[in-house]
Amino acid sequence: MQDVTAHSWDAGKVALPAWSLPKDAVDRIALPTHWPERVTREWALDGATGKGVRVCILDSGVEATHPLVGGLESAVVISMDDDDEVIADEDTEGDVSGHGTACAGIVRRLAPEASISSVRVLGSNFRGSGAVLLGGLRYAIDQGFDVINMSLSTTKKPFASVLHELADSAYFRRTVLVASAHNMPVESYPWRFSSVISVGSHEEVDPLAFFYNPSPPVEFFGRGVNVEVPWAGGRTLNVSGNSFATPHLSSICALILSKHPELTPFQLKSVLYLTANNVGGGT
Amino acid sequence: MTDQPDLRAAVAAGVVGSEESFRALLGAIVEVARSIFGAKASSILLLDAETEELVFEAVVGEGEDTLLGTRFPAGTGIAGWVLATRTPLVIEDVQNDPRFASDVAEDTGYVPKGLMAAPLLHEEGALGVLSVLDRPEQTLFSLQEMELLGLFANQAAIAVDLLLKAREAERLLGEGGGELEVVARLATAVDALEDEKREAGLRLLNHLAKTLGA
Repeated sequence: MQDVTAHSWDAGKVALPAWSLPKDAVDRIALPTHWPERVTREWALDGATGKGVRVCILDSGVEATHPLVGGLESAVVISMDDDDEVIADEDTEGDVSGHGTACAGIVRRLAPEASISSVRVLGSNFRGSGAVLLGGLRYAIDQGFDVINMSLSTTKKPFASVLHELADSAYFRRTVLVASAHNMPVESYPWRFSSVISVGSHEEVDPLAFFYNPSPPVEFFGRGVNVEVPWAGGRTLNVSGNSFATPHLSSICALILSKHPELTPFQLKSVLYLTANNVGGGT
Repeated sequence: MTDQPDLRAAVAAGVVGSEESFRALLGAIVEVARSIFGAKASSILLLDAETEELVFEAVVGEGEDTLLGTRFPAGTGIAGWVLATRTPLVIEDVQNDPRFASDVAEDTGYVPKGLMAAPLLHEEGALGVLSVLDRPEQTLFSLQEMELLGLFANQAAIAVDLLLKAREAERLLGEGGGELEVVARLATAVDALEDEKREAGLRLLNHLAKTLGA
């Protein structure tokens, strides 16, 4: 058993979790980010390209060779073995529908230097079960991605508690989970959890315009109507839906994190709030 | 063996309405959807969970003469995507994309320029897909239309749920044989009576129940 003297530790020598804060240890939690007097859109993301930020597209796969996607860091397809262990095999099939390619294309357009990876949670016959969705999310969190774009949800209530734990786990591991709100008035997850950034659609054409919603559970609105996107087969389409608003917010998160990599998900969400078009970021 | 739920199903089969009436309701929903959106066609696809196929249960506009009852694998096409992800999807300029167009053609029998599709969600399951094909070309899609599509899909999901319950009741009735059928016939007969005759019918059933100790 590890000998831990929890009551007489030296903050500089023993890296214990910050479950309490002795008065002589305040320096230990000094923030690495210098916060300006006023958080502006300019401070948050001007000049940012997404460089250094790893974005995961948890979806139908991504067509890596599509010119509007421009390559992937990695691509895996998720399955579950007989013991319900997650298996992540290299994905050689690409995108089984086009939806994941569309999401990746939006991220590439707005955060061109971000690294994009694909975690496919749908089979080629679309039989993506809730278990595979959970397995894929668990895998993505374990990989330590900075941003996980989840333009998917499940309506299966038995999966809700596990999804909730995974969302909280991502939150504390500095992985930002950006989840699409359902377009219809149904109970689905994980977008309803407060540890994720939930996204609905607005009709503005500015891809960097986003709004804070003071009436949750949907917390932010991103561009989600009449969006031109790449699709499987090297093509482009004009699409609408919260599925496509979500990667807009994922991209904005990637931009902010590339400029301010120290931000925790809580801080990032605070920056989003302060720079939303209807709060302090309107022009 | 006959158990209580089967008897209830038999009674339900007698009174909840026929398959034809629910199909007519689905037909009315797609007709209104097509009209409201000014679209060329609208359809409702129902998931057959046993065969993992999607079946056209209601079609109006393009394909209405040929598509009803036709099937295709639930794991393909746009409808398959919407069903699997339980997420509405709106796509335009479909004809610019041959692969996509062929997917849609597989679903519908013709190649539209654009489509809107929403899942029919009931409780935790997805029962099928509502599609609206080829809205007017000159209009850009709006969020209001997405909301409207969701409302139609909800209405269709309720109708489909009733249709499935009626089918299940009929199936149980068929398996139960004569014992159950007489219960269904009684329920149907009493349900169709009016005024004094209905009261008399109900009194008779109550006497019967009392005699049987029910």
